[in-house]
Amino acid sequence: MTLSVDQDDIEQTLSLALAGGGDFAEVFIEDRRSTGISLDDGRVEEITTGRDRGAGIRVVVGDTTGFAHTADISLAGLAAAARAAAAVAKGGGGGVQTVALERRDSAPTSAIEIYPESVTKATKVALLERADEIARGSGSAIVQVSAGYGDSRRHFIVANSDGVYAEDDQVRTRIFVMCVANGDTGMQTGYESVAHTIGYELFDRMGIDEIAAKAANRAITKLSARPAPSGIVPIVLKSGSGGILFHEACGHGLEADHIVKDASVYAHRVGELVASPLVTLVDDGTVTDEWGTSSIDDEGYPTQRNVLIKDGILTDYMWDLLRARKEGRPSSGNGRRQSYQHLPMVRMTNTYLLPGADDPEEIIAQTESGVYVAHLGGGQVNTATGDFVFGMTEAYLIENGEITEPIRDANLIGNGPDVLGKIDAVGDDFDMCPGTCGKDGQSVPVGCGQPTMRISGVTVGGTAGA
Amino acid sequence: MPELLEIAQRIAAQARPGEQIEAYVSWHRETEVRAFEGAVESLSSAEAAGVGIRVISGQRQGFAYVGDLDESHAREALAEARDNARFSSIDEHAGVAAPDGVAPETIELWNEALLDYPNEKKIACALELERLVRSGDPRIRQVVSTDYGDACGESAIANSLGIATTSRETTCYVSADVVAGEGDDTQTGGGYSVGRGPDEIIVERAAKDAIERATRLLGATKPPSAKLAVIFDPRVTATLISIIAGTLSGEEVARGRSLFADRIGEEVAASMLTLVDDPTDIRAFGASAIDDEGLACRRNVLIEDGQLAKYLYDTYSARTANTVSTGSAVRGGFKSMPGVGARALCLVPGELDQPGMIASIENGLLVQGISGVHSGVNRVSGDFSVGAEGVMIRGGRLAEPVREITIASTIQKMLQNVLAVGNDLEWLPSSAAGVSLAIGEISMSGA
Repeated sequence: MTLSVDQDDIEQTLSLALAGGGDFAEVFIEDRRSTGISLDDGRVEEITTGRDRGAGIRVVVGDTTGFAHTADISLAGLAAAARAAAAVAKGGGGGVQTVALERRDSAPTSAIEIYPESVTKATKVALLERADEIARGSGSAIVQVSAGYGDSRRHFIVANSDGVYAEDDQVRTRIFVMCVANGDTGMQTGYESVAHTIGYELFDRMGIDEIAAKAANRAITKLSARPAPSGIVPIVLKSGSGGILFHEACGHGLEADHIVKDASVYAHRVGELVASPLVTLVDDGTVTDEWGTSSIDDEGYPTQRNVLIKDGILTDYMWDLLRARKEGRPSSGNGRRQSYQHLPMVRMTNTYLLPGADDPEEIIAQTESGVYVAHLGGGQVNTATGDFVFGMTEAYLIENGEITEPIRDANLIGNGPDVLGKIDAVGDDFDMCPGTCGKDGQSVPVGCGQPTMRISGVTVGGTAGA
Repeated sequence: MPELLEIAQRIAAQARPGEQIEAYVSWHRETEVRAFEGAVESLSSAEAAGVGIRVISGQRQGFAYVGDLDESHAREALAEARDNARFSSIDEHAGVAAPDGVAPETIELWNEALLDYPNEKKIACALELERLVRSGDPRIRQVVSTDYGDACGESAIANSLGIATTSRETTCYVSADVVAGEGDDTQTGGGYSVGRGPDEIIVERAAKDAIERATRLLGATKPPSAKLAVIFDPRVTATLISIIAGTLSGEEVARGRSLFADRIGEEVAASMLTLVDDPTDIRAFGASAIDDEGLACRRNVLIEDGQLAKYLYDTYSARTANTVSTGSAVRGGFKSMPGVGARALCLVPGELDQPGMIASIENGLLVQGISGVHSGVNRVSGDFSVGAEGVMIRGGRLAEPVREITIASTIQKMLQNVLAVGNDLEWLPSSAAGVSLAIGEISMSGA
């Protein structure tokens, strides 16, 4: 799959974008194909394929960015968008600027073995039917199953007036299974999803049976769940999905756009102790095959491993090109956008906490009473205050150092900086989970991860006495 | 701009014998200006269009879309949709909407003034809002951004059973994102004003709204956990009734994923509660004459005097339930197939204003904001646990502000425990209107 756009056309478009003056121009041209299949109520009822092609052009003049996008990627279409984006550049210096582009090679981070378009629709449909069969076979309590498969291939070219010219071809494959179980105390749900930046070989590495059974068992387990406690309790987070806590509670506050506007609790705090010394937090777009991985970001800069907090001390923020230019520093490869119709901004890639030295079993055994969170759902954060909330979708009581009964879904609420200081045990295991991060109306795929760990006190929003 | 309906009809007309085709074609243009520190931070202007094609052949359904109006691309999408249909399951209920004889109401959602409103004025609007917020209160520490945005859009739906409709609308807004502080305490707030055109925007109101929301929780503390009565602010109620309407979708009911399945006629809520979805109410942000399958929108009463009265249906879910569509098909644009959804929810207002409701509560909490709704509400089990902030109520009066708490119950219990619906109906830029709502016996988790 290739974009048939001439490098000369892109150079011309950049020159045109800066013809009325301006400090920076960028052309982003994208061609995305996607397939989605959903199974519900035992039937494969939706098979969708789609294609989006277009270009987004931005022109920066001083502190002002002009942006326009078009679905017409002919030279005429690009030129019209360039003129529209440049329209905000009035009052600029004027004059003709020429741009010479230098192609930047990027080594693909993930080697694709089976491109999704080479797999028949019938095979993908059979995969979902198998998920349905396994989930329903997991227990008579399972009354409903839905499952979804999605793949996408996104080819883009990004070029800017600094001379950057980069291309990427990104492949993503994902699947989810959602089950409803019915019991004496009402219905409960169980969900599991797997997503990687690889092709259909995903299902050679991770069996569909296992994914479906996990979702079903989660729903069945919760049928006997008691109400969650209410109040501040110690929690032990199982490795993997708990990583969203750091994405929400901390990662967003380390995005440079919030920092330069002084709208983050972490502004002006580089070099300070902002977390327990057990905490080393990394954002890394290069982790093989993970959901937030890519070889370059959507501004054409290579992704990299950025250490944000080391041994509890804040070391750096995440940067996109625009904010980095302003500060006179390089981009950290965190400029991402949902599509050609969106302006790039600072976004996380794969954000995770590094493993520590403790035995996960011991962490539980040394917790007198509390909550063991086996799976976390989505969350939300206020970057200016650090207040966050996120949902437990599989959790158990810890009583006398042992995991006992399951508890019903409830939210956890807390404050990022506060919770980071209360991490008192970090396990030597590790796992990652895929997610979708929403910011300012744009969604991008991200990864989150962490080892098993304990937070000495978090408010659990249940209905039972703590 | 090409005639959208003609494009849609040309696609629908390609239906072969035994095949149904539906084409949804949309176009929109939008501008967004973001101001920061007295200057324009960004100005985006964009046009986007696309075609979504649904094919039903041999009771199997397929869908494909393309993100432009090029008719050769649309032909490729039609071929893709046909191919996709070959692989889906046979479903006797699959089908596009058939004309049902209900005439759509005439609703004008198009404000001509928006079309030639110059960029200079849009920029001035965003800058003026920033100035008003910065100078409006000494506790404002940062105006993260102020935005002016507007959009105009048209869509057309045609299918091979004779549906051929168009609709168009304009929208316009200003909004501010603000940080306030006092001592070590920092709080944030957002304010907005919306309308169909720039003449309906009130910048002063957006500024006042943002300042009030950012400053009202300064000094808030975390209270001890308790069980108490709550009053939801209108905007919080709007979120709650949107969640409830989601559980009243005929699709979710048919799939056994609704806590209200098989309960029509039962007393599911306190008797003063009547929940209506009426997209023909012009005051609603989600107002529309036709739904996203091309049928007329209509007034649907979902809960009447506490009794469960009706579920919402699109054509497909109605067929599975052996009933007819309630004109409630919605879609997220040309990239998605229609599904069931509410557009203009509203609780029928009661007698008391919010101060009157507060006066009637001895020990409670006025909830001004909730968070984590996506992760904290289970639409199947009804479990409800969300982050909250607001002001304590003691002896019928507002007391200290509180934050970093959760409130928890179940949707079922909350509806049964409704104590009063306020008279302060407020139309919001969402699919639901707000009104103050008092609910007894909620668990508040704090320190």
